[in-house]
Amino acid sequence: MPITYTSNEQVEVYRFSVPVTIGVPLLALFIQAFVPLRFPRFAVYVDLPLLVTIFFAMARRSPIAGLFTGAIIGLAQDMLGHNPIGIYGIAKTVVGYGASSLGVKLDVENAGARFLVTLGFYLIHSAVYFTVARALVNMTQSWSWPHGILAGLVNAFIGVLLYFVLDRFKQRT
Amino acid sequence: MESVLGRYRNLIVLVLVLFSQVLGLAVQVKRGNANEGQDTRLIRIWAVGALSPFERSLVWIENSSHNIWHNYFYLRGVRAENRELKQQIEQMRLEQVRLNEDAAQARRLQNLLGFKEQFIAKTVAAQVIGSSGSDLSRIIYIDKGEDSGIKRDMAVLTADGIVGKVLLVYPGESQVLLISDQSSGVGAILEKSRLQGVLRGNANGEVTLERVMSDEQVQSGETVLTSGGDQIFPKGLPIGTVMKVAPGKDLFLNIKIKPAADLSKLEEVLVLVEKQERQAVADAHERVRAADILAQRLPSVPDKPVVDPNAPAATTAANPGTKPASGGAPNGTATAKPATGAPAKANSGVATPTPVKKQTVSAGQQALGSPAASAAVKAAKPKPASGNATPTDSAKAQPGPAIVEEKSAPTVPKSQSANQDNSPQ
Repeated sequence: MPITYTSNEQVEVYRFSVPVTIGVPLLALFIQAFVPLRFPRFAVYVDLPLLVTIFFAMARRSPIAGLFTGAIIGLAQDMLGHNPIGIYGIAKTVVGYGASSLGVKLDVENAGARFLVTLGFYLIHSAVYFTVARALVNMTQSWSWPHGILAGLVNAFIGVLLYFVLDRFKQRT
Repeated sequence: MESVLGRYRNLIVLVLVLFSQVLGLAVQVKRGNANEGQDTRLIRIWAVGALSPFERSLVWIENSSHNIWHNYFYLRGVRAENRELKQQIEQMRLEQVRLNEDAAQARRLQNLLGFKEQFIAKTVAAQVIGSSGSDLSRIIYIDKGEDSGIKRDMAVLTADGIVGKVLLVYPGESQVLLISDQSSGVGAILEKSRLQGVLRGNANGEVTLERVMSDEQVQSGETVLTSGGDQIFPKGLPIGTVMKVAPGKDLFLNIKIKPAADLSKLEEVLVLVEKQERQAVADAHERVRAADILAQRLPSVPDKPVVDPNAPAATTAANPGTKPASGGAPNGTATAKPATGAPAKANSGVATPTPVKKQTVSAGQQALGSPAASAAVKAAKPKPASGNATPTDSAKAQPGPAIVEEKSAPTVPKSQSANQDNSPQ
């Protein structure tokens, strides 16, 4: 099983330079906003800001840092749309907190673990978004398991590739 | 206490961050226009301002390279395409002649019914530079904003059909809500059946026509146009075609529409920055009323001339405030009559046969007393517009050199002439 239980002393805690901390989420938001103009399906199946949130949260292994990372990226994503600001913010805050908490307890450095973690967090993210959008904002949303799982698999696959690229920017503490 | 705070510090921070965001959401929802982003405009400007320079640059690079390739290198088949286009132009010219006739007829009918038309007066071309990046918020960003005169709720369209409306305007960019978004709504009408409904998007990005009763007959392939009822899109712009009709809930049909504009691949759009609303005006030389033609064909009795012993006929005819007899007296003397109930149009009250010969008559010629001169006097004297006179008619009644329509028609009784003026145009 790729997911292995480790003690806090055993897991590596990473940090990132300021340009990477700011630039990578911005680049993810930019790609997320621009690519759907040429490939409309991209917005339906891929959530790059979510993948970046999961990556930073797991690498830092600090729940507070993770939830703030998720909140900031989520709120920025909200600002690009026309829906009320905070829906993506709440969903990604939960994901950031969860991913970093998981990172503290589990070693998720290999591809299989990352794939499963990303799939799981994509579904959690969709569930939180769906709940907030329906319960708090009264938006008309319909839940679709096939779509959720397919999009989760696509995100997990892209996430695994992305994480290996982003691993190069890690700095040991 | 401190140990508890320290132990649950992470969880407490999480709850606080979540609570603050929920509070922010509640405030936006409470204010009522949460989906329109008016309250959070300043915050949104930051995000848009951070990303739009990169998006503009990328679009510019993309367009430049595309133009260089297609305009200087990839010219294969251009000659053949040019020939085809020339043939198309010839065909379209023929079609244009027919359409001109139809348009003139439509204008005449609209004029008769007093319709007001909305015209697209001015548009601004804009480049699409970004999107929301989410399938739950179907919006695009364009590279024109307040600086280009764009305002909220302006219609956005392409040559193929409508795209959406301007939702938020920033100094250099604007946010456009697509018609496929679930919070959008467009007044729509089916072209053939003339059934009206509301066009809405759904969560899957599909466009549906709502509020059409289930007992109505709607066929696939029928064209859907804007109805103008939303006060954003002028009437008659193409929206799309009916793809599928199925019974819906609450006695309404579920009609899926395929948008005429490809909403998923928008590159350039037009923003409708100015609309004009004006009365449909038919061409002036075609203003021959059926009542006039009918009056010409009917036998009539000329009015009995009223002789004013105090004034000579020619002087009276030139005197403002008096009205000559309709069509003029056969003996060449113009007869003064009260102007009450007189038609405002120069050719009203007389039959208007075709062909007509137009001739300019100076004021000096008005005293000649000929039928032509008599008509000229009528045209030259400004009278209050009565009945249903159109602005064009009023313009015709301005003083100055008059356009005289020489008529070979017999005289029309005055009573009949008055009736004609009161008839709807």
